[in-house]
Amino acid sequence: MSILLFAESEKNKLKRNAAEIASYGSAMADELNKDCVAISFNADNAHELGQFGVSKVFNVNNAPQQFDAHVYASVLIYYIKSLGATHIILSSSADAKFLAPLVAANTNAAYVPNVVALPHEQHPLTVKRTTFTNKAFANTTSKAEINIIGVGNNAFGTVEHVVDCVVKNVTVELTASHLEQLSISKETGKATLADADVVVSGGRGLKGPEHWHLIEDLAKVLDAATACSKPVSDMGWRTHDEHVGQTGKPVSTNLYIAIGISGAIQHLAGVNASKVKLVINNDPEAPFFKAADYGIVGDAFEVVPVLTEKLKAFKTQS
Amino acid sequence: MNILVCISHVPDTTSKINFVENDTQFDTSGVQFIINPNDEFGLTRAIWFKEKGGAQVHVIHVGTATADPTLRKCLAIGADKAFRIDTPAIDGMSVAKELAAFITDNSYDLVIAGRESIDYNGAMVPGMLAALLDIAFVPNCIGLKVDGNNAVAEREIDGGREKLKGKLPMVIGAQKGLVEESDLKIPNMRGIMLARQKPFKVLSPKGSENITKDVIFEKPAPKAAVKLVPADDIDQLIELLHKEANVI
Repeated sequence: MSILLFAESEKNKLKRNAAEIASYGSAMADELNKDCVAISFNADNAHELGQFGVSKVFNVNNAPQQFDAHVYASVLIYYIKSLGATHIILSSSADAKFLAPLVAANTNAAYVPNVVALPHEQHPLTVKRTTFTNKAFANTTSKAEINIIGVGNNAFGTVEHVVDCVVKNVTVELTASHLEQLSISKETGKATLADADVVVSGGRGLKGPEHWHLIEDLAKVLDAATACSKPVSDMGWRTHDEHVGQTGKPVSTNLYIAIGISGAIQHLAGVNASKVKLVINNDPEAPFFKAADYGIVGDAFEVVPVLTEKLKAFKTQS
Repeated sequence: MNILVCISHVPDTTSKINFVENDTQFDTSGVQFIINPNDEFGLTRAIWFKEKGGAQVHVIHVGTATADPTLRKCLAIGADKAFRIDTPAIDGMSVAKELAAFITDNSYDLVIAGRESIDYNGAMVPGMLAALLDIAFVPNCIGLKVDGNNAVAEREIDGGREKLKGKLPMVIGAQKGLVEESDLKIPNMRGIMLARQKPFKVLSPKGSENITKDVIFEKPAPKAAVKLVPADDIDQLIELLHKEANVI
């Protein structure tokens, strides 16, 4: 009886979210007095999961280097069966959300995504998750024997808990994929909306795409990802993949900085899960101020360059 | 080509979310329901295939009769035929099983569903459906081309995009980018009149049982008032973000 974790990796290294998944899974394993076993794929540093309470890792060496949901799912299904796993913990990354339903349907498991805390009951399993695009929470119960829990990005955090970790490099029988990868393009060296600690987002208040250096300069100082509101992406000032909100991407970061965004209900829904929100807007009546932690009523064209400069100085100091 | 588009019936994006009956039910009073936006991007792409290459477009919903106006709207903007499996949708797995049984009895080259519904945000029905049917699945789809028996689909990944090729039939999880917002269709009078004559079938469920259930809903705790910092005191803001909020 084990708790199984899917520890994601990229270019032979564990991804950042693996630490959060390990923290969640090992906390649950301690509570239930079960083993916590991680499955990783081609990860050279899989032993680092031991810093977050994972004592055993099966590192699969013969799977494709690039994530392939159909193939990776077959590996997880194999381990669920062979280890008798009762709980499978994975992240809310694009890849994990691709994989989880495939695993669930093949093992008749319940899949509960966007979970924000450890289960508050085990019989029946009851977990709290976000619904209505972060406008509410649902407490969801499951009557399945196998449960897949998708932990919301940044919802649980990382908890250091150093244990001895044994990594077993394994080869497993793989099923053929339904898909062939033709190409992949990924921006390197820039924080992504999915894993950035800070997101700097711009709205119509910036008056045009030619002013986006304000957003980009500030983002650079904070090592932040950039985002935008729906009107900005609809007008083509920025590409769709930056659109944050109900029909765009959800953001659950530590610090969300909204510049020139009034705060339509759909936008707020998309960023609600972020821990701290800073709003810079020249309209004191902007609805976003009601949802913000910190605010500056002022002209973005004056405030943002000063903020960027002062943060640069602050960062070099500290 | 036969295309099936799976439709969710969801509260409008501007809806205030409240609960009734001791927080066990979503409060639908005064709420306007719409086609789930992600499904609508998929439906619009399906209608594009119909207009360019003569595809047949069917829509299906698992749920009660309250969704019928939403399905009529799908017919009014160009779908050829609508089906509703008459059972309340309780969880993703039971919905996927009902859909899988329907698809097995019929024949589709493409099954398109939204990436996720904007109410329960499960993002699981399309993937489960593909797994139950043992066919290819591409979620977060922002580009789709069909060539004979093959499809090339692009999916959005964290920080980029990936282009994938697979054989039909295939399940697609649609989202914004598959078509533009400006491509979305508004039903016109002719479409609405035509929709009245299009086939609309209500089917009995196979009795797939749910395995999860949302038992109690909660609203987020009310937020403390915003701390306003004067525009000429950025030092104070940095101090607050550093010492109080601990985020920089």
